[in-house]
Amino acid sequence: MATDLHGAVAATTAVRVAGLTRSFGGRAVIDSLDLTLRAGEFTVLLGRSGCGKSTLLRILAGLDREIEGEVLVPERRAVAFQAPRLMPWKRVWRNVLLGLPGRPDRERAEQALAEVGLEHRTDAWPKTLSGGEAQRASLARALVREPDLLLLDEPFGALDALTRIKAQQLVAQLWQRRGCAVLLVTHDVDEAVLLADRVLVMDEGRISYDTHIPLDRPREVGDPGFAALRTRLLAELGVV
Amino acid sequence: MSIDLDHAPPDISAKTASAPSPSPALVAVVPASARRRSVPRWTRRTAGPLLLLGLWQLASSLGWLPVDTLAPPSTIASAAADLIEDGTLPGAMAVSLQRVAIGLVIGGTAGTALALLSGLSRLGEDLIDASVQMLRTVPWVGLIPLFIIWMGIGEAPKVALIALGTAFHLYLNVYAGIRGVDEQLMKAGGALGLGRWSLVRHVVLPGALPGFMTGLRYSLATAWLALVFGESINADAGIGFLMNQAREFFRTDVIVVCLVVYAFLGLTADLVVRTLERLLLQWRPTFTGQ
Ligand SMILES: Nc1ncnc2c1ncn2[C@@H]1O[C@H](COP(=O)(O)OP(=O)(O)O)[C@@H](O)[C@H]1O
Ligand SMILES: [Mg+2]
Repeated sequence: MATDLHGAVAATTAVRVAGLTRSFGGRAVIDSLDLTLRAGEFTVLLGRSGCGKSTLLRILAGLDREIEGEVLVPERRAVAFQAPRLMPWKRVWRNVLLGLPGRPDRERAEQALAEVGLEHRTDAWPKTLSGGEAQRASLARALVREPDLLLLDEPFGALDALTRIKAQQLVAQLWQRRGCAVLLVTHDVDEAVLLADRVLVMDEGRISYDTHIPLDRPREVGDPGFAALRTRLLAELGVV
Repeated sequence: MSIDLDHAPPDISAKTASAPSPSPALVAVVPASARRRSVPRWTRRTAGPLLLLGLWQLASSLGWLPVDTLAPPSTIASAAADLIEDGTLPGAMAVSLQRVAIGLVIGGTAGTALALLSGLSRLGEDLIDASVQMLRTVPWVGLIPLFIIWMGIGEAPKVALIALGTAFHLYLNVYAGIRGVDEQLMKAGGALGLGRWSLVRHVVLPGALPGFMTGLRYSLATAWLALVFGESINADAGIGFLMNQAREFFRTDVIVVCLVVYAFLGLTADLVVRTLERLLLQWRPTFTGQ
């Protein structure tokens, strides 16, 4: 599977996690987990609700440091959560620039917003954005920091079906253009097969299944290969 | 268990097949713009007070309301005109306004600073919050005698009273505002790489701003109250002094003028805060009434 990359693993690794454990009140939610993500690869993390996906993501983002084990991540990371979490007191473009070092000018925000198709809402207050627009603004905020690792925690979870498809296409495009490593958490198997190079299934605090998605892009949900992968993943998730 | 079948179930098949059910009555959804009354909002808001004034004037001219008890609006208006003309009222207003402003700045700064200290850090909370909560239960009006003993009868006790009355409102509301900031936004700020002070500046303080505004409003209301109390003792200038003088001469018209001035100043202050709120809190996704 990864033999072709073996020689250059060190140079092309975006994330290396070894023996990671995270406990809440004595209960290990993540239990000596090992994981390596390759640079530029689109990885989707699947798992039942409560299995620790968000916890792992928070750790990779550096938001949770109550951990044991080794975690290596790129310096430049960005996160987008399920809820857009825009600061309601800042206009969209200021939200996009928030936290950037130095005194970035408005133009940078405008570029990032244009990339997600939101250039016309640059000056808007977050409360006036639709769900999809807010999510795109949050994506722009993540992209503007030019991350080597983009962490997405169910970013489409709260969107309606149509907006979700558009947002998925947008993320796929942005990833292809930027070439950063992406770790997307979801519980939607179709979404995983549609977007991923590699799908991980998490269970009992570890990676219980790890597979590559060999389908060509763009992918079709109706494709026979697609259906087979979906069935397999559902079985791994214990659904079928 | 026995089932009594003394009547057959209604035969709905024939009904639906033969007679098509009548279409339900439809009602139009009235657009909000059509529902809005033709009278502009401000006229509606001023109609009530004007009506009350008219009734008052009527009661006075019909002799139901003796002038010794309460002067009619017309007399009050001319008294006000006189007071403004000879410069008494503007002078008194300036003195009173200055007292409120100084007291508010001192009390507001102290209240906000303490709230920041105890809102932002656990250590600050442990050191400050309990003491402030304890002092808050002391009725500040009751401190007037102490203030007079400590500071004499000059400006100091009046300003101190106003400062004390306003400090607690700001403390409580700013503190609640800080502690009410959304944890998710703090996490998002952390994920964006904001350091401790950037988090305070970009997330905590803006989040506490609505609390500050509420505190400011309460503070202003209390400030006028404290002013009235402060000026009713040993004032030699200001609106309270004017009112005391009027009492000696049974000038109910002048007393009412002073009361109106207090109310007017209070309203103006409230208007300033409202405008500030509109400008500073326009980001807030809150219900604004229908
Ligand atoms: N702050 C916390 N305190 C205690 N338990 C937590 C905390 N955060 C998460 N958990 C627990 O850890 C488990 C994994 O949570 P999470 O990573 O959010 O799951 P998911 O895979 O659905 O994203 C859940 O059982 C949850 O109850
Ligand atoms: Mg989750």
